[in-house]
Amino acid sequence: MSTDTEVSVFLEAVLNYFSTTVQQAAVCGTPFLAIDKVPELSDYTGTITISGKYSGLVAFTAPKSMLCVMLMRMQETDMCQENLCDLVGEIANTFSGNARRDFGHQFNISVPTVTIGRKNRLALPAGARPIVIPIGWRNYSSSLVVHLQ
Amino acid sequence: MQGTMVHRLMVVDDSNVIRRRIERSQDLDVQFVGAARNGREALEMHATLRPTLVTMDLTMPEMDGTECVARLIERDPELRILVVSALADKLTAIEALEKGARGFLCKPFTDRQLNEALQKLISA
Repeated sequence: MSTDTEVSVFLEAVLNYFSTTVQQAAVCGTPFLAIDKVPELSDYTGTITISGKYSGLVAFTAPKSMLCVMLMRMQETDMCQENLCDLVGEIANTFSGNARRDFGHQFNISVPTVTIGRKNRLALPAGARPIVIPIGWRNYSSSLVVHLQ
Repeated sequence: MQGTMVHRLMVVDDSNVIRRRIERSQDLDVQFVGAARNGREALEMHATLRPTLVTMDLTMPEMDGTECVARLIERDPELRILVVSALADKLTAIEALEKGARGFLCKPFTDRQLNEALQKLISA
């Protein structure tokens, strides 16, 4: 599958997620390859490990303020850390799971792992060139990082 | 006089946000009886909660939803299970239905889609 196709699969998943779950459209910026530098992470990051026909990872990273507003839009009243971690992991899981429509049944996804803090780094192999898709929602900035082999 | 059956709903999902959302969003005449975080917990809770209706995630730790569907149906063939999962490929849906689930709702979903899917399950 070409990089363009990979990007379009995830773009569709992102746009569908925001318009369905929080009923407010997201805007995706121009995707880029993170060459010679590791992708920057935000406050909370949910990561899904991919195995099977493909291997790699899909990670969604977002600021705390954005996740809080998303929870509110979902009628959730408890903004505890557990729910923020839960949401960021669930979003990464949904983007990855939806991608199976195009990548197929052998695109195996793990349960999410969640990290807190901007100083963390994704576990990418040396020389990896992950795709970064910037995601704007309301006035918040988040991003999706996709690395598939 | 024969009374109308009130369905007893159990929600199975490893996400607390999703468990609470399904509990909150369903506006049908069903009684929410409990929620489990994985397949193993769902099997344990099934024995005491005796649900008649279940929403089931697939990707979960300890025991995934596909295995849990099969084991719940083995115990109670009449149990109505709606799979609620992000796994969007057709083969996954077919596999869940073959194990005994009666419906499949893809995440993300709106409240309306959830209620329509549950209503379809109840009416069937």
